[in-house]
Amino acid sequence: MELTNEIIKQRLTEKFSEQVSNFEEPYGMLTFEAPKEINLKVLNFLYDDEELKFRFMTDLTAVHYPNNTGKELAVVYHLHNLTDNIRIRFKVFTGINKPDVYTASGLFSAANWMERETYDFYGVNFVGHPKLKRILNVDEMDYFPMRKEFPLEDQTRIDKDDEMFGRG
Amino acid sequence: MTEHHIKLPEGSIEKTTTTLNLGPTHPATHGVMQNILELDGERIVSTEQTIGYIHRAFEKLAERRPLYQITTLTDRLNYCSSPINNMGWHLTCEKLLGVKTPKRVDYLRVIIMELARISDHLICNSIVGVDAGAYTGFLYVMQYRELIYEIYEEVCGARLTTNIGRIGGFERNFNDIAFQKLEKFLKEYPKVLKEFENLFQRNRIFMERTMGTGAISADRALNYGFTGPNLRAAGVDYDVRVHTPYSSYEDFQFNIPVGTTGDNYDRWLVREKEMWESLSIIEQAYHKVQEFKGAEAEVYHADVPEYYLPEKADVYTKMEALIYHFKIVMGETEIPKGEVYQAVEGGNGELGFYLISDGGRTPYRLHFRRPCFIYYQAYEELTKGGMLSDAIMTMSSLNLIAGELDA
Repeated sequence: MELTNEIIKQRLTEKFSEQVSNFEEPYGMLTFEAPKEINLKVLNFLYDDEELKFRFMTDLTAVHYPNNTGKELAVVYHLHNLTDNIRIRFKVFTGINKPDVYTASGLFSAANWMERETYDFYGVNFVGHPKLKRILNVDEMDYFPMRKEFPLEDQTRIDKDDEMFGRG
Repeated sequence: MTEHHIKLPEGSIEKTTTTLNLGPTHPATHGVMQNILELDGERIVSTEQTIGYIHRAFEKLAERRPLYQITTLTDRLNYCSSPINNMGWHLTCEKLLGVKTPKRVDYLRVIIMELARISDHLICNSIVGVDAGAYTGFLYVMQYRELIYEIYEEVCGARLTTNIGRIGGFERNFNDIAFQKLEKFLKEYPKVLKEFENLFQRNRIFMERTMGTGAISADRALNYGFTGPNLRAAGVDYDVRVHTPYSSYEDFQFNIPVGTTGDNYDRWLVREKEMWESLSIIEQAYHKVQEFKGAEAEVYHADVPEYYLPEKADVYTKMEALIYHFKIVMGETEIPKGEVYQAVEGGNGELGFYLISDGGRTPYRLHFRRPCFIYYQAYEELTKGGMLSDAIMTMSSLNLIAGELDA
């Protein structure tokens, strides 16, 4: 039987009941949420289950929603079942004051650097990560630049003294 | 002990391994990346990669740019095959906006993407040769990369950072010179590729240098998130063009070459065979393009006035066109709310675009899934216990592009 979004959804709700929520299908990709405490349980279940077999991690990243109080950061996993060729998107939300999420690097070696990148830009603290340090930015940086509170420079500003670039 | 020898503290054990900095500006790294190697003689004990030397914060920049301005950022990811990145980005936008492109546009895009794939693989394979000491092949095939670049030039005016195509199609139709150059390429390139292959494929020295080095099993490769030729060399026939076809790839007949051992030699072979497949795809696409007659043969973009710039003559004479022109150039068009993931088969793997829009004029969040960032993690596992000279070949055969690595 072909694996469909319906079946995946059904299997997940059987296993985790109401803990998995907000099922959506934007542009055909099944998207759902789970509490951050069980992110590894969900990932492990998706990996091990003989029917689901989501054994390829396509992508891992984070999104910052400053107005979503208590759940400011979303960690987004894109998983791929290569046998049935179906993709899903799985999100966990965490507060920005204590952004602790369990690491998936034990399950997917691919997650190692992707988690470091996510930490580097959003400050998500991946608990249990073998070497959680900045990867693209300099080690001395003391903020997380992709968060929304760091806007890009105003393109129309005129107070800057750089004649070389025609703004002086 | 001579006087200038460093004096170690009492009771300490002298370090028996050598630390070597390979990069960040070593010519053999072919890009700005650093590897701190711990060597025991010439054998590698451990490797630590440092990346981020040319990080340019594309994801942050993209959060302020309207869709069409982000194309120029994608150019600078994998700059050996920028057209694929550009097309991938257009496809992402089109998916979000629900734009359906005409078949002719799809086929023209396939031609450009496959040319880009050839130029990408050509560079990678010939650089592997250079690292093995065979410079000839590299210089020989450069002529044909030049011809590919000339085709880009005819289509979009640029060569390296192409910014080719627009949301909905191309900025202009392919001219006759572009097609003539394409015909020239299709006619002459097979012979050159064959000759290039003869230089390496059964070359005893090349085989001995590459076979069995930098190998990875299919399981480990999947776990490491390998995609593209590197994964296929390990024996997994995963290709985005086949698994989730985009731009009408389902209309073409082609094979996915796979390797068995995932070593440097297999990676080289897979790329080599893929170039032949790409050639055949270009031929098929060119035939399909020629089949369009009359008005259909003039179609080069979809009808999306809100995102596709109108003809300049119309801007001066028609009110509506003027408004659209202004709104597009100033980036004042609000894009629909949505969450999209679109992947294309890039030169070195699955290039993904994860775009979240909150209904504003710019993306709320844009994330690039850069294949070489993900598989470079495996470099330590690939080189551990091997020789230093093999590690250099492994690096070039992985096709690491610093621009993509650091985004």
